[in-house]
Formats: sequence, C-alpha cells, structure tokens
Amino acid sequence: ANVKMSMKEEACSVVKTGVSRSRQGFAMRVLVGIKRVIDYAVKIRVKPDKSGVETANVKMSMNPFCEIAVEEAVRLKEAKHASEVVAVTVGPKASQEQLRTALAMGADRAIHVLHDDPLEPLSVAKVLGKVAEKEEAGLIMLGKQAIDGDNNQTGQILAGLLDWPQSTFASKVEIGKDGTAQITREIDGGLQTLSVKLPAVVTADLRLNVPRYATLPNIMKAKKKKIEQLGVADLGVEVTPRISIVEVNDPPVREGGVTVESVDELVTKLKDEAGVL
Amino acid sequence: AAAAAAAAAARAASSQPQRDSRFNEVNDSDISTFEGMLGATHVLRDPSDVARYNEDWMGKYRGSSSTVLRPASTEEVSGILRYCNERMLAVVPQGGNTGLVGGSIPVFDEVVLSLERFHNVDDFDAVSGTLVCGAGCVLESLEHTANEHGFVMPLDLGAKGSCQIGGNISTNAGGLRFLRYGSLHGSVLGLRAVTGAGDELDLLTTLRKNNTGYDLKQLFIGSEGTLGVITAAALALPRASASVQTAFLGVRSFEAVLQVFQLAKQHLGEVLAAYEFLDRDSLELTVQHVPGVRDPLDDPLPFYIVIETRGSNADHDMEKLEGFLETGMETGAVHDGALAMDGQQASSFWALREGITEALRRAGPTLKYDLSVPLPILYELVEVCRERLGDAGDVYGYGHVGDGNLHLNVIAKDSVENVRNVLEPFVYDWTGSKRGSVSAEHGIGQMKAHVLDRSQTAASIALMRQLKGVFDPNGILNPYKVLV
Repeated sequence: ANVKMSMKEEACSVVKTGVSRSRQGFAMRVLVGIKRVIDYAVKIRVKPDKSGVETANVKMSMNPFCEIAVEEAVRLKEAKHASEVVAVTVGPKASQEQLRTALAMGADRAIHVLHDDPLEPLSVAKVLGKVAEKEEAGLIMLGKQAIDGDNNQTGQILAGLLDWPQSTFASKVEIGKDGTAQITREIDGGLQTLSVKLPAVVTADLRLNVPRYATLPNIMKAKKKKIEQLGVADLGVEVTPRISIVEVNDPPVREGGVTVESVDELVTKLKDEAGVL
Repeated sequence: AAAAAAAAAARAASSQPQRDSRFNEVNDSDISTFEGMLGATHVLRDPSDVARYNEDWMGKYRGSSSTVLRPASTEEVSGILRYCNERMLAVVPQGGNTGLVGGSIPVFDEVVLSLERFHNVDDFDAVSGTLVCGAGCVLESLEHTANEHGFVMPLDLGAKGSCQIGGNISTNAGGLRFLRYGSLHGSVLGLRAVTGAGDELDLLTTLRKNNTGYDLKQLFIGSEGTLGVITAAALALPRASASVQTAFLGVRSFEAVLQVFQLAKQHLGEVLAAYEFLDRDSLELTVQHVPGVRDPLDDPLPFYIVIETRGSNADHDMEKLEGFLETGMETGAVHDGALAMDGQQASSFWALREGITEALRRAGPTLKYDLSVPLPILYELVEVCRERLGDAGDVYGYGHVGDGNLHLNVIAKDSVENVRNVLEPFVYDWTGSKRGSVSAEHGIGQMKAHVLDRSQTAASIALMRQLKGVFDPNGILNPYKVLV
C-alpha cells in the first residue's frame, strides 16, 4: 500500500518560496557514511576462542548497503541536486581502501576518522554527527545496516542526536526544490512515502539502486582526490563501548532429512523422536 | 589393404561410426550377473532412468544403452570389466556427463559404467594440501571442501556444478585456472584405476616426487576413458590466496588483447592467475540470455578481457594491478575497464565469461570448436569463418587467450548441416596447417576422432593404438572414441 504520511507537522508543510539558498538545494553537500566489512561473498568462520569471527587474511570490502548509499549520493550530484559528495568512514588505516572505492565511484573527497577497534552504532553516530556539523552537510546517506553487525541503528541514532528527520530503508529518493525530499521506504506492509525537510538522514535499502562499477579512468582520478585524516579525539567524541561481546557461535548445524518407508514409521518418528504427537 | 584404407577413409570422411559387430548385446543373464555384483538398485534398466545417461549435455549426441551400472568400489569396477571382457560387452565410463565432444555417452548400446557413487573424500592433509578422493566427487563440492581448509582446486570450469573429478582427469580438463596452476598432468599425484582388461592399478600415492619407472598415471590423464577407468585420485592443491582481484577491461582490437597480455605478464608477474578474452558478440549474447548480467562499461568495444590476480598480500597485489592498469591506459592499449570492488562484482565479471556457454546453448544449436592456435593469429580464424559463412550463421570467439586456446562457436541461422559443411573440415585443416591443436582442452571424444590426424602424426597415432591394445586388448572400453 502506498501511504503518504508526514514525520512531524513542520516537515510536511511545503515551503512555497522557491529554492532555498541555505544548506539545501543547489549548494547541498551530501555526507555518505561507509563501513569496511568482511566481503559479502566470504564464508564466515568463528574464531576457535569464540571471541569473534576470523578476519585475518579475509577479503574485506565496502558494506553493500553503503555502496548503494554512495551510488545514490553520486547520482544526486549528477542530477545537480547536490554540489558535493563527501565520503566518511570510522575505522582502521585499511579503511582507506573503501574510501578510495567511494572516490572512484564519484565522491569528491573523503574523511577518515582513524580508530582501530570496532565501534558501536552509538559511537559511530556520535562521530558522524560531529563530522556532519563540521562539514555543514545538507543530507546524510548511510547504508541501512552493516552486514557484520546487522544492527540497523546508526542512521536512526544519528538522526536523533542531530534532531534531524530520518527516512530509513529508502528505495527511492527525490529531492524537491523547496528544501524537502520525498523518500519511499520499504516497510513490512509495502511502501511508505515520506516528505522530509532537509537536512535529514536517509538510510539505503537494497532496491534503491544498483551501484556502478569503479571504472579505470575514475580509479585513476580518485588517486588525486583528498582523504582528510582525523582522530576521534579531534572531534571531541567519547567512544567507550557500553556493550561487550560475550561469545560468538556458529548457527546450529542443519541435520539431514530422513526418508521414511511407511506411514507407520512416520508416525513413530513424529511421536518418539520429534515429540510432536 | 586398399579396400580397408578406402573404407577407413570413407568412415573418417563421414565421421559416422558403424556398430562394431564384435560386441554382444546385453542379455538377461548379464543383468543377473550385474545385479549379483552390485545389487539390483544399482543396475538401471528402466528407460526413463537410463535416458539421461544416453544423452550429452548439449543434446547433440544420443546413444541407445539399455543398462547403467553404478558400482561403489574399485573391486566392483574390476569385476564388471572382467566380466564384460569375457562377454565382449562394450562399456562407456561416465562421470558428470558434461563433456562437449560426445565422449561420455554411448554411441550405440554400450553399457554405461557410472562413477557417481565414488563421491567420498578419503583424506585431506591440511599441511601439504593433498586431497585424496573418489572419482565421482563433483568439482564444485571439492572446491568448497578445499576452501574450508584454506586451499583451492587447481582447476575451475563452467561445468563445475556437475562435472566429476574422474572425468576432469580422464579428459585432462583445462579451464580458467590453467594459466596459474598448470595442467592436471602436474597436479595429479596419484590415481587408482582399472585397466580396460579389468586389472586394478594402484598408483594412488600422495608423494610429490617419485621417479620410479614409467609414470603410468600420465597415460590415464587425458586418454578419455579409453585405457582404463579412474576410481580415485590424489591431488596437490594450491593454497587459497589472501588477495584475489578481478578486473574487466575493454580494448579496441585483438592486437590490444595481446599487448595487454604482455603488459600483464610484465607487471603482474607471478600473481597473474587468469587472462580470458571475449568478443563483443559473445558479451551481447550473454547479457541477452543470462539473467542478472550486464555490460560493466559505458561504450561498446570489440574485445573484452577478464583478468584475475591471486597473491598473498592485498596491498602488494593492488599496487601491481594499479601500475599495470595505469600503464595500460597510458599506452592506450586499455581503452576502458572496471575493477571489482567486492566479491559480488568479481563474480559478475566472471559471469560474463562463464555464462557464454549457457547463453550459446539457449540461443540455438551450436557448433563448437576448441582450438590451440598461435597467439598472433588466434582471432583470425573467427574472422575468416564469419566471411565464409556470411548470413548462414553467427560466429562467436572467446577463450583462454592466456593459454593460446580459442573457443570458436557458431550458431546456425537455419540449417546446421549447411553450416557444418562450410566449416568442416575447413576449421580443422586451417588449424592443422598452422600446427595448432584441433582440441586444446575438450578432447577428441567421438566428435573429433576423424580429425585426430590434423594434430598428430601417423607414427604417433600408431603408437597410441599399440598402447590401447596393451591396456584394453579386446577394445571394449569407450569404443568409437579417440582412436577409431
């Protein structure tokens, strides 16, 4: 069902005075948060001490939903709804690889907030919030969730911290001329369309777009683009974890199916083994 | 002698075999004996069960076997073959039945000996990377097993989901990793086989070095089930690489494909793992027929390259790869390209190359030629065939250019026979005249038995016949194939 709803009273009022000259419209800067994760195609292995999953010598890539967010941001720039796309990540030195990918896809410059240990969504949101303020972002795009944590929290927390509207699970993004955006969201019942006032936080879902490949001329150009290095401390953010991982386990092994020879045998198995009769 | 020569020439020219009258037909007593050996469940007689063993993957060849045997041990295979020798029953060993030259299916009523029940992994030594397994193991499942332990199979091909390692070995299969890991003649450490006469040969060693007499296992590798039946194999597996990078490049000419190959060898050196090419028509056909595949580049180009590197250090390999790509673009040899940024993109590039075979099959009845040709003229044959055929058919060229192996495929617009007459024996004669191979990796089977002489001398073929006589004195194993 296509349901038109508004987030807040202010957000649904359409500004009729034309293109805003502030942080929206032609001068809008889009900040895209990306994350370095284990490649989607890799078979995950739990460490023998159950403290986490094996990451040594494992292929790492940009989180697939982050790729979609970058793609959407670049498309907004190509459609002249945005003037600049800035990619940002919080992670170890190797995360710069993923920033290079974002640059090769069309981001103009990148910011690397260096931090070696994994961070919780709250901490990441705090960092991104500071970066957004520093960069005067008019729109923040994120992937809906990272495939390692599957938390699906960062975008929502970030919007809360900034007190900005949020549109999560976006499958369509349309920027209006009046400082608003129309976002179609994928929800359980179908699709929901929101009108939000910018600046806002949007998180990307699978069907938002198909990310472009990084082509050679763009990879070469990306080498000349700037990656700014920042520390978490530079932003004045406190990132002490509040959650500790107790144990990581493999999902239980699927037992093989059994073929039975007769109805009697089936009934016996359902009674004695499966305990459902 | 003159009459025999004329008859042979007529047979060779028509490439239509006659049923060898020396062979008996399977009777009820034979069935009882087989059932006694294997159990009735593993002797298939019902036409609906037996049908799929009689037809090849392309739907091009169909035999009329009434009986499929499914042994589970080398002993049983030996028993079957000894019995078939006594009774003069012809036998076709069959693995995954994915061969492209009609070598794995009966031509007439030969008994099918299926290796499908030899699907056990017997041993895997995680230190040395040595795998010992049954001949019926599917290649893709062996790849998964290898990956779990941090290794990879030394070969990979489009048929991996169905082909079995015994068949791969019997045909000395090549594939996409040949450039990096070489031939099965090198990766196979040992075999267990049963000769055509029914004698078990235990050559199943896991030693890397063993210079003790004649290396008999080499004869089974590539002899396409005409000397014996492989029941188990020991393979040396390469270590999985920490860094696998895949790029898809577009170039403006075949000369550029070769120039870029030189650059790749120069800049990538030991991390170069695969170098494949495809022409524009092949790409368009694949995009058209295979779901979820698209052209990664903006503008259409006449030739494309799929290139893969495998190494132990991602930073190191990316540096080499970027250096290679920059030089390629600067010299103008590489016009455009894309670098896979994650595993899914890498798979999508490979799908453009691996999907061609499927796309061809969906597009229509395909004539397939698998040739080794000197690199500088590798694509010339494609252009020549296009000219010869005109409107009668569409010609596609792609393949393991890094190994000098062209896959030339033709889809007939109307009459397949017309197209075949235009192209054969022309394609084989052309290849022979350039001292190329009429079968780079697919083998001879029944399809190319009549053109074996384009790539082998009479003296060589005579010696092959002698060896055949030693391993299979009654000639019951895979008759009408390879040597006819």
